[in-house]
Amino acid sequence: MSEAADLLDPEARDRPPDNQLIDLDALYRESGICGMLAGMDRELVGLTPVKTRIREIAALLLVERARRSIGFKAEPPSLHMCFTGNPGTGKTSVARRMAGLLHGLGYIRRDHVVGVTRDDLVGQYIGHTAPKTKEVLKRAMGGVLFIDEAYYLYRPENERDYGQEAIEILLQVMEDNRDDLVVILAGYRDRMEVFFRSNPGMASRIAHHVDFPDYEADELLEIARLMTADMQYRLEPEAERAMADYILRRMAQPRFANARSIRNALDRARLRQANRLFEARGSAIGATDLLTIAEEDIRRSRVFTQ
Amino acid sequence: MRLTQGQFSFLPDLTDGEITRQVQYALDQGWAVAVEFTDDPHPRNSYWTMWGNPMFDLRDAKGVMMEIDACRAAHPDQYVKVLAFDSSHGFETVRMSYLINRPAEEPGFELLRSEGPGRRIGYTVRSYATGRPSGERYGGETRHGT
Repeated sequence: MSEAADLLDPEARDRPPDNQLIDLDALYRESGICGMLAGMDRELVGLTPVKTRIREIAALLLVERARRSIGFKAEPPSLHMCFTGNPGTGKTSVARRMAGLLHGLGYIRRDHVVGVTRDDLVGQYIGHTAPKTKEVLKRAMGGVLFIDEAYYLYRPENERDYGQEAIEILLQVMEDNRDDLVVILAGYRDRMEVFFRSNPGMASRIAHHVDFPDYEADELLEIARLMTADMQYRLEPEAERAMADYILRRMAQPRFANARSIRNALDRARLRQANRLFEARGSAIGATDLLTIAEEDIRRSRVFTQ
Repeated sequence: MRLTQGQFSFLPDLTDGEITRQVQYALDQGWAVAVEFTDDPHPRNSYWTMWGNPMFDLRDAKGVMMEIDACRAAHPDQYVKVLAFDSSHGFETVRMSYLINRPAEEPGFELLRSEGPGRRIGYTVRSYATGRPSGERYGGETRHGT
């Protein structure tokens, strides 16, 4: 800014000197987000665009905090988000992480997520919706409100639907209580687009639209590995190959739900493993038998016979 | 006459920031916070009108503050108090209670003496405000039925 502009700007005098030094790295370390971002990289497979966006948001909030620490004006940014993507692409898991991250950065006061759907917000008769929505908003205050399948809030086929009322209350609170509440909407991409087209007010109040891509086959295998490790099981090398086969076949079939399908497949593999062990109960079994998922546990899936 | 009832009543009126911190303390203890109001300031009047249900499932004070603001906006010239109810076994009672709103003018109380048999004196107090019907007691003549 030039000298003349400085004189014209009445706030320039109250502004802190421009030559102050800030240790961003120290702020980064003490906020604890370093560990959270690393954990996210470790436990969430793929999802590059999502991770990039989260990193950007983290950087924004960190710089915001640095600005505030030396007395610059720091408007809290609007952090309402919309997560779109196919089923099982990790929208809910990321929303849960988001609360921890925003809490670590001091943007929200409490590390909690209140997950709701249309039923929790929209009432059944006149005058029922407003108190119901307000109740949920009160409960979510200070944290993250996660609205799953948000497009159900708006039912264009019924013009007397109470969903519109819930949307209006939501918009009001999203605008007025920006530093008390972060709203995350989630849903399938095409239907969310329809929802936003009919609710432009909602679309314009959401700063971050994050798209969750479908997983690739190798990412799904990685997810399967993480899940089995999480459940304290082990995939034999042959079983892992069978799993890779399974994933390719399952992806081609209808109603494939990404990571959720993998979880279901593993649950059924556990079932078959338990059955196999139970049937062979004449002989003693060791701890490794209880841990291991064999190739046949996966190969006997219906996916391979179809 | 300034009404002194409940906690903090001999201190200056709590600011919104102070109320928030008190409410947050109660929520952190796991107590349910409720808002109540009345225009009958008699100390034995324990049945104040409830402003909504007690809030059992909140974690952050902001939710309570929204209700407090709504109640104060609806009843600016009545007494409003915040209660914190502890449901844990052995307590099951109100652990905190303090005024957060009072009318601009508080006329105070009258001491009535009634002489009984044998020159025995019975004493009673009565608020000057309760001489008028409920809803008109604190300059709120236009506000019937609130």
